[in-house]
Amino acid sequence: MSDSDEKNGQSGIITLFFILGFIGSLLLGWIIFPELLYSKKEQPVAFNHALHNEEVANGCESCHFFREDGTFSGVPKLAQCVECHEEPIGVSEAELTFVTDYVAKGREVPWLIYSKQPDMVFFSHAAHVKMGKQDCVTCHGHIGESTSLKPYEENRFTGVSRDIWGGNIAGISMDSWDSMKMSDCDKCHKELTGRQTSVQTQRDACFVCHK
Amino acid sequence: MKIDRRSFLAFGVGGAVGTAITPLPWKLMDDSSIWSQNWPWTPVPLDGAINYQPSVCTLCKGGCGINVRKIDDRPVKIEGLKANPINKGGICLLGLSGLQLLYGEDNRVKSPLKRVGKRGSGKFKKISWQQAITEMVEKLGAIRLKAQSHTLACISETELGTTASLIGRFMTAFGSKNYIRTPSFLDSLEAAILKTTGTSAAQVAFDFENSDYILSFGSGLLEGWGSPVRMFMANSALEDKKGTLAQAEPRLSNTAAKADKWLPVNPGTEADLAFSMCAVIIQKALYNTNFTAAATGLEGFKSFVTANYAPEKIAKSTGIKAEVITRIATSFAKAKNPVAVCGKGSGDTPGSLKESLAIVCLNALVGNINKKGGLWLTSEPDYIKWPEFINDDASTAGLQKNRIDSAQSGKYKDTRFLLNNFADAVLDDYEYPVNALMVYRANPMYTMPDSEKVKKAFEKIPFVMSFSSYMDETALYSDLILPDHVFLERYEDIPFASGYTKPYIGLARPVVDPLFDTMNTGDVIIQIAKRISNSIAGAFPWKDYETCLKETLGSMWAQLESQGFMTDQSYTPPSTVNFTFPDKIADAPAIEGDRGKYLLTLVPVDSIRINCGYIANPPFATKTVDDTVLFENDILVEINPATAKSLGLRDRKKAVLETPKGKASVRVFITDGIMPGVVGMPKGLGHFGYDSYIADKGVNVNALIGSLEDPETGLDAAWGIRAKLSPA
Ligand code: SF4
Repeated sequence: MSDSDEKNGQSGIITLFFILGFIGSLLLGWIIFPELLYSKKEQPVAFNHALHNEEVANGCESCHFFREDGTFSGVPKLAQCVECHEEPIGVSEAELTFVTDYVAKGREVPWLIYSKQPDMVFFSHAAHVKMGKQDCVTCHGHIGESTSLKPYEENRFTGVSRDIWGGNIAGISMDSWDSMKMSDCDKCHKELTGRQTSVQTQRDACFVCHK
Repeated sequence: MKIDRRSFLAFGVGGAVGTAITPLPWKLMDDSSIWSQNWPWTPVPLDGAINYQPSVCTLCKGGCGINVRKIDDRPVKIEGLKANPINKGGICLLGLSGLQLLYGEDNRVKSPLKRVGKRGSGKFKKISWQQAITEMVEKLGAIRLKAQSHTLACISETELGTTASLIGRFMTAFGSKNYIRTPSFLDSLEAAILKTTGTSAAQVAFDFENSDYILSFGSGLLEGWGSPVRMFMANSALEDKKGTLAQAEPRLSNTAAKADKWLPVNPGTEADLAFSMCAVIIQKALYNTNFTAAATGLEGFKSFVTANYAPEKIAKSTGIKAEVITRIATSFAKAKNPVAVCGKGSGDTPGSLKESLAIVCLNALVGNINKKGGLWLTSEPDYIKWPEFINDDASTAGLQKNRIDSAQSGKYKDTRFLLNNFADAVLDDYEYPVNALMVYRANPMYTMPDSEKVKKAFEKIPFVMSFSSYMDETALYSDLILPDHVFLERYEDIPFASGYTKPYIGLARPVVDPLFDTMNTGDVIIQIAKRISNSIAGAFPWKDYETCLKETLGSMWAQLESQGFMTDQSYTPPSTVNFTFPDKIADAPAIEGDRGKYLLTLVPVDSIRINCGYIANPPFATKTVDDTVLFENDILVEINPATAKSLGLRDRKKAVLETPKGKASVRVFITDGIMPGVVGMPKGLGHFGYDSYIADKGVNVNALIGSLEDPETGLDAAWGIRAKLSPA
């Protein structure tokens, strides 16, 4: 084998290793990493938003309402559910679990909240919904029409729900509800106010949302 | 062709290039920033509905209304209740820090405990309530069987309200008169009022809100005296209406600093100063003739004060110039609604009868007793009307014995409680031994002067039990602890606000379910009573404390429940008072300690930032204390630069403080705000109970001072002690 053949062979090996490293890391970054990063948990009770939405008079606000002082109630407390579910309604397994494990024992349901922001974020529903006239779908998507709850994915590192970063691991969102990062706030604020600056560049800006 | 180092390098480079175009590094970078801004170990308050519940603060005798801010069921802040007439929305540091006394779990007694180690070792075992009550029933039952009912004693901060009355009733049904309330300046005033008006058990109050001249003899009006928040408001109101506050005190306290006039009087001569002012008022005929005409004994009083207390005569001993005494007395007498007030510091020592009488006479001379802006005589609330009960033979026999503290009989028949005699009585087996002691809402091991003696007395009592919610010093020295709920967990009627003029009842109520396995002391008493004997059970017809409370409050319950308090703001005291001026006054006892050996005078110093009552200062409050009071864990005592110079002491440096009662290591703080020859020592520090956030900070001043018996009332007349200070 001539020297040049040997050189070619050697560079082939190097290229091969480069490609192996390259492809391996792509697989790791795009496929294995997201699987490792998030743990999956089922909600404690199977819940059907669509079914409830048909029964209530006031849409989402029937259960996710604003309190008298303007604060937002978020996920309903057991007391609200009990108003209708004191006794089981129907015979579904979920209903029985709910009534026996929670209603009968007076235990709050430990719902896993997809849209819960980490603690350093302050968000006012009143400012967005009451004053800004935003609808729920803009941020929360069509969850109100869903018939089941998807598994809750929790970031093992930060403990934050996957829905904040968004399902797409590259952070690409197509719809306004695909993710809930600061860049999403920013985008919407720019679009709706027509200003090419966001709230972040105003006075005391950071402290509006990061108390 | 072989795989070598370069191949691996190529693999690495390929991996790095590949990784850069995956989300992995970017996502992890983002996650790290989220993670580092939300450390997982940082507690995150739970979200929920904001709601408020009105109640009453029972952390001191102020009786303030509070509004507890809650998130769902969790109290998160204590605010002042705007509607409450005493504090009108204001709150003090202690009240504000009250949640630490709820949640501070290392301070709380979390279940009934029985001592297993040596007294004071802190070794207890957890027992059930059933066992705890059985234990009490057996111990107390055995005492009764031996016909020694009278050897049971009880120490409590109050005798008022339903719980205290249940304990008092239990003591009587059991056969003991030894219910002993902790002292306050009001005890001595009560004695002075009895002496001058014949009214017994008068509740003395001061109408500061309507006064335009407040003359205070060492009262820490802004240091926790009376109802502290009310006093802050009254002081602001006085400033707004350009009234005058004159403060006679050896040290530049907050009150003195805020006063219009500060009279740096030699400690212990306040009564002389007050009588001297009486002499000036009489001599200048500035007294209220309407009042004095209706009163008796003015002539005798005149000759007594003019002979003994002419300003020129006492200027030297008091350290206040005769012209200053004359000027202040004149402006006081000429004010429209002047009021004189006593009760040193936060007012938790009675002081001498001489001092109280001097103040009462000063008020009488200007004719302000029961008048707008003056000193009012009100009476104890009388809504507790329980059926009579029949004592059995054991209790009848027990009730025939005198009280262990010598109060209510013999020489001190007019004094209701004499806790200052308790330790001596126990140690000297005065008439009979104390076989059992119950402690409710009190921490005598910490608050009583001469801690060493108190400790010895406790060691001698065979059975000590405490109802304390906290592992305080007394609880540590108890054999059994039956922890009460804390004030945010229980119902309790509070029928007083120290020094407040209008009838007032506050209702403290549970704003949170009990956090631990504690029980309302009212319930404990009812349960014990029902099991000790039929006759005692007969005195307690109620199912439980809440039933008793509701029945007792009757028609008032609904309003108390909805509003948190009831008051009659239109109340005015009876306008006529049968007043007799005294014509001779016994001298107050001399300060303890040999002047030759102890060159200085130690006085305790109160501060609104340090609670010195039966509840320890919560850590939030201690955080606000200056490093001239507490530096790291060292207490600082105040001395004048002249004192420091003569003793060779340097600012903030360590020194040894010694009194006839004990010795302590301190640091000195050199300040012009204290008279030469006086050492000011902060009160409320030096706990050895509680957790490490409270304990071992400074020294308890009570370990260095003693009590002195007033010759007429028997009450503790001590205001300080002789001391010496030397460089460490
Ligand atoms: S003054 Fe007393 S009663 Fe009022 S808030 Fe403070 S501690 Fe409570």
